[in-house]
Amino acid sequence: MAGHESGDLRLAGISKQFEAFTAVHPLDLTVPAGSFFALLGPSGCGKTTTLRMVAGLEEPTGGRILIGDKDITDTRAYQRNVNTVFQSYALFPHMSVVDNVSFGLKRRGDKNADRKAKEALELVQLGEVARKRPSQLSGGMQQRVALARAIVNRPDVLLLDEPLGALDLKLRRQMQIELKRIQSEVGLTFIHVTHDQEEAMTMADTIAVMNSGRVEQLGDPATLYEHPRSTFVANFLGQSNLLRATVDRGEGNGVVEVTSHGHRLEVRRDHVPAGVRDIWLGVRPEKLRLGDSGGPNRLSGQVTDVSFTGVATQYLVRMPWGRELVVVQQNDGSGRARAGETVTISWAAEHGFALDASQDADAGAQLEDDHG
Amino acid sequence: MASVHAPQVEPQAPALSTGSATTPARRRRNVVPYVLLLPGMLWLVVFFVVPMITLASQSLQEGSVDQGYVFTGNVGVYGEALSQYWEQLVRSIGYAASATVLALLFGYPLAYFIAQKAGRWKNILLVLVIAPFFTSFLIRTLARQTILSDGGWVATAAKTTHVTDLLQLLRLTENDRLMASKFAVICGLTYNFLPFMILPLYASLERLDGRLVEAAGDLYASPREAFRHVTWPLSLPGVVAGTLLTFIPAAGDFINSKLLGNTNTVMIGQVIDAQFLRVLNYPLAAALSFVLLVLIVTLVAVYVRRAGTEELV
Repeated sequence: MAGHESGDLRLAGISKQFEAFTAVHPLDLTVPAGSFFALLGPSGCGKTTTLRMVAGLEEPTGGRILIGDKDITDTRAYQRNVNTVFQSYALFPHMSVVDNVSFGLKRRGDKNADRKAKEALELVQLGEVARKRPSQLSGGMQQRVALARAIVNRPDVLLLDEPLGALDLKLRRQMQIELKRIQSEVGLTFIHVTHDQEEAMTMADTIAVMNSGRVEQLGDPATLYEHPRSTFVANFLGQSNLLRATVDRGEGNGVVEVTSHGHRLEVRRDHVPAGVRDIWLGVRPEKLRLGDSGGPNRLSGQVTDVSFTGVATQYLVRMPWGRELVVVQQNDGSGRARAGETVTISWAAEHGFALDASQDADAGAQLEDDHG
Repeated sequence: MASVHAPQVEPQAPALSTGSATTPARRRRNVVPYVLLLPGMLWLVVFFVVPMITLASQSLQEGSVDQGYVFTGNVGVYGEALSQYWEQLVRSIGYAASATVLALLFGYPLAYFIAQKAGRWKNILLVLVIAPFFTSFLIRTLARQTILSDGGWVATAAKTTHVTDLLQLLRLTENDRLMASKFAVICGLTYNFLPFMILPLYASLERLDGRLVEAAGDLYASPREAFRHVTWPLSLPGVVAGTLLTFIPAAGDFINSKLLGNTNTVMIGQVIDAQFLRVLNYPLAAALSFVLLVLIVTLVAVYVRRAGTEELV
């Protein structure tokens, strides 16, 4: 199957309009063949619509969809070499598990359909339930049947629409690892739609963060996390402490000096967008240290809340101007602060990032809490 | 929950009193379903079981209306019934089967449309489907007579478009009339029992998950294949129910053949009607009723088995 040339998936200016509502603004995206790509965003951001357009279940209002050099925009779903793992699984209730899995192969007249279906079931470790009906399986098993039913066809692109959404947390973590293993084993292009940022970061090589029908930022998980380019990305992927600051001057050792609430702070120059004076200075909670680490970035405040989670302790520290910063400190044996104590917080210049202050500091923050 | 368990948890309550408190409640619970079944069972006994026994014994009687009928255990009447009226029996099954197939052909697309595509018109369309029930069966069939009558616009249109020639070629009519023909009888049966086909079909198509059809399309099934492999098998319970509800009453019907047919389209229901009410040959009429009953039950049993309803649940 390695000789099966698929090519990259390209979305060229693809858009979708539902009457007055624009679900997806013109979007350009290239998903390299064989990669694990995630479309991440809150519900209603257009990620599922994008996925359904690739599957052929939704007709784009504008733009083209290409796989390799082949333009598939005007083809119907059943003519596309693309398969979907649906959120509801959509397993055929009147067929056995193995008949579900061989369904696609049989439609294409594959003579080895049954043998391949059994192999696919082995791959997802369900060989022994081949003869059962989907309704006799647990949710996690049904999920794996849905996956086997899609990958057995070796599609150019495999689409996963919140495939783990219906599973409980523990099973979800297990399936994340499983999915990643299967993807590297079969080497297919996976496009995974999810609202779970942790899920996207765990599995995907590349993540496109979507918001209101647009891609906010595209990159590998580490880049998105360390260098978010918008407050939405900074808040939607993990937590961020955002401090209002103004850029003073661009001197020094590759650092920019900024002033925030009367404190002089430093950020690495390449972490500051060019030509911006008013900024949000962002620092991730785990990059903040309790106590003075001797660097230039120091603030002090009062501990208002301490929550111990085992591997780490999370502190809320109230700044003199009222904003509470989140500090996560690894449980590495260093001393802990108590509520009410006044502490110093410090961080290194390379751990800060600056965002244009014209954005809403809370964008993307509450949205994530809506989901579990 | 808590109030039910409370007396059992109470430390002072002796085991004996707990037991005597729950037993009557349990007994009452066991009796309730039977009490609820009682009216229905009584109804069935009085209006089904007793008449069936009466009918069976009547079929084995001999005599005449004037001298009265005496039970003689004459089984020969069944042979007589079959040899005299096998033609009408076969015809009844044939007509009923044709009407069932036609009702399915007309009813399925309609039920599919109402269930899956009608949106907010769904309820109005369903009312329209059952609207014929607002008038009596007899009136509807008489109306049919008028519609198909000679000189009516349907008959005229059929003649000018040479549909009558086609019907004659197919031996559905005997001349260039539409009325008093096989065609008219089967039309009448189809029309009268169509709602019994549409409603069960609607019920099973309404439950059909559109996402399954979408998934079939995603797995390379063309719309036609998706129908064959997903929509149709999932609607089979409705198909089975609809065909039974159409076929069974159609096979025993006598009004359509009487009002819309001719002497060559006599159905078994018509014969039974005549034997009971005009010829007054009660044993023969009773025997014919039983033959029809056994015939229908056998056909239905074979059909249900073939359709594999146990797999459809």
